[in-house]
Amino acid sequence: MADNNNLIVYCEYEDGRVADVSLELLTKGRVLADRLGVKLEAIVIGDKLDGVEKQLFPYGADTVYKVEDARLYPYTSNPHAAVLINLFKEIKPQICLMGATCIGRDLGPRVSSCLHSGLTADCTSLEIGDHTDPKTGKEYKDLLYQIRPAFGGNIVATIVNPDCRPQMATVREGVMKKEVYNPDHKGEVVNLDPKKYTSPEDYVVEIIDRHIEKSKVNIKNSPIIVAGGYGVGSKENFQLLFDLADTLGAEVGASRAAVDAGFIEHERQIGQTGVTVRPKLYIACGISGQIQHIAGMQDSSIIISINPDPNAPINTIADYVITGNMEDVVPKLIKYYKKNSK
Amino acid sequence: MSLNIIVLAKQVPDTRNVGKDAMKEDGTINRAALPAIFNPEDLNALEQALRLKDANPGSTVTLLTMGLPRASEIIREAIYRGADKGIVLTDRVLGGADTLATSYSLAQAVKKIGNYDIVLGGRQAIDGDTAQVGPQIAEKLGIPQVTYAEEIVDLSDGHVTVKRRLEHGVETVKAPLPCVVTVTGSAAECRPRNAKRVMKFKRAVSTSEKAKLSPEVQAFLDARPDLNIEEWSAAFVEADPQQIGLPGSPTKVKAIENVVFTAKEALTLDGGDDNAIENLIKDLITNHTIG
Repeated sequence: MADNNNLIVYCEYEDGRVADVSLELLTKGRVLADRLGVKLEAIVIGDKLDGVEKQLFPYGADTVYKVEDARLYPYTSNPHAAVLINLFKEIKPQICLMGATCIGRDLGPRVSSCLHSGLTADCTSLEIGDHTDPKTGKEYKDLLYQIRPAFGGNIVATIVNPDCRPQMATVREGVMKKEVYNPDHKGEVVNLDPKKYTSPEDYVVEIIDRHIEKSKVNIKNSPIIVAGGYGVGSKENFQLLFDLADTLGAEVGASRAAVDAGFIEHERQIGQTGVTVRPKLYIACGISGQIQHIAGMQDSSIIISINPDPNAPINTIADYVITGNMEDVVPKLIKYYKKNSK
Repeated sequence: MSLNIIVLAKQVPDTRNVGKDAMKEDGTINRAALPAIFNPEDLNALEQALRLKDANPGSTVTLLTMGLPRASEIIREAIYRGADKGIVLTDRVLGGADTLATSYSLAQAVKKIGNYDIVLGGRQAIDGDTAQVGPQIAEKLGIPQVTYAEEIVDLSDGHVTVKRRLEHGVETVKAPLPCVVTVTGSAAECRPRNAKRVMKFKRAVSTSEKAKLSPEVQAFLDARPDLNIEEWSAAFVEADPQQIGLPGSPTKVKAIENVVFTAKEALTLDGGDDNAIENLIKDLITNHTIG
C-alpha cells in the first residue's frame, strides 16, 4: 500500500471516459501536490475499468487505485462511500478532491461525516497557505484554502480545516483548467479488492431505471436569465440567446411579444401572464419593456438591457444599458466571457 | 399504512432577492434588509411529504428546523399548508455550526423523535448551497440516502421508489426504509396555505413565544396541545457538546470578502464599443455575478 499524506482525486468514469471535471481536478491537484511535495493519487470505482489509468497518468497521477465490481456501476452512495472511508483510514490522505456533480455532492458529505473531516462544497479556487487560529494562536502550515462564494454569491469565503484530515472539497465542472501534465507520465496501478472495502449491506439501494431526459425548463430558479423580446426578430436569432445562456450557465426567458410571435415556447414567458423571476442577473435582449413584462422581472438584482432604442422603457430600470442590436452585442458577450473566464 | 414522516427545513435569508439596499456602504451585508423565508427546496420536500400523507391516511408530518427561535415562523407556515406539527431545535450552543455539526445536531433530534419511516428535506439551502446536510444526517443515522429526488413514485413494502433528476437524465432507484430523501427545486411546487388550517392554527406559538403571552392565553394554549410548537435544546436531544456549534465544526472560516456592487445608476454603453463590453463582462466576473 502506498504511503500516507498524499492528495487524492475521486474520478468519475462513465462509458469508458473519465469525466472532464475529474481531469480538471487532477490538473489542479498536480500543482497542489507539487507545492506540498506529496504524491497525486486517483481513485476510480466502478465496473470494466480496463485501461482507465491510461487516461489518468497524462494528467499527472502517480498512483491509480482501481476498485472493480459489477455492483459498483452505476454509482450508488453507500458502496462508493464505504470504499473511500475504508481506504482513507488506511492511506490517510491530507486532501481529497471531487467534482461538485450529482455524484460528488452525494458522496462527499457521506464520507466527510463518517471521517469527521470537514468538506467545502463548490469551491471556485483552491490554494495552499498557512493559518493562525485567531483564538489559540496555534499555527498551521500548508493548509488547503477552500475558497467559495456563499450567501447567494454575495460574499466570498475562505475555509480551512485546521485539525481534521482529509481536507475535502468539491469543485464544479469547468471551474478549473484541464491540461495534460506530461503525455509520457507513468505511475503505479493498485487494484483493491471490492469485497475487502465494501460489505453486502452496502448494496441496499437498487437502480431500477436510468435514461437520458432533458430537464424541464426551470427559469424560476435560475440565477441568471437571458431573455428575448420581439426585437430578437426570429426563431433563429433566439438560438444566439441559447448560446449565451449555455456559456453563462443561464436559462432563456422571453417576453409575451416574442412568445406570441412564435419565436419560442410559452413555458419560457416572463411577466404578468408568465412566471415571475428575480435572478441575480437578467439580460434583456430586444425587449422594449411593457409594464406586464417589467412586473415579472423588476426585482432582478442586476439588469442589463440590450436594445437599439436608447429610450426603450426597460432602460429606466436597467443597471446597464447597451445600445445596439442583439445580433452584434450577444456574440461579443460570449466572446469576452470565454476570453476572461478561467 | 400510516407513516411517521419528518421534514427538515430551514429559515434562510432571501439571498435571491439581494437588492441594492441589502449591501451597506462599507460593502457588508445588511441582514435586516433581507427577509427571512422558508428555504425554497424545503417547500418542495414538504409537498412530497404531504402527498405521502394523502396516500397513507393516519400519517404524521413533523417539521424539524434548527435555528433562532423565530424559525417557528416556518413551522406555522408548514402547518398552514398541511404539516401536523413542528419542532424548533434552538440553543445558543448550536451557533457557529458548519454543515457537519449541524447534521449531527439534527440527527440527534431525529433520533429523539424516533420511530420514523422517512426523512425528507430540500436538496440544499439558498444561503449556503452546500447540499451536505441531507447526506450527512443519513450517515449519522446509519441509513441510506437518495439525493436529487424529483418525485417519490411509490412507497410500499418497506421500500421507497424515487425518481432522481441528475445532470443528463433521470434515474429511478428503490431504497429500503427508513431513509433520507433530499428533494430538488424541479419537483412539484408546494401546495398553498389551506384557509381552514390557517383559521385553526393561526394561534400556534412556540414555547418562548407562549411565555410572553397573558396567563389567560397561556391557559387556553395549555388546553390545546396542537397549538404548541416545541422548542428543543441541545441537552434535550442529548447532543455531545464537543460535536455541536463551533467546537464540533471541523471547517473554519478564515476570511470573508464581501462582493460590492458598484452600479448605482444605469451605465450606458455603445454596442459598438468592444472595450466597454469587455470591461462590463470583467466586472461581472470579478463580483461573481457570472462565472
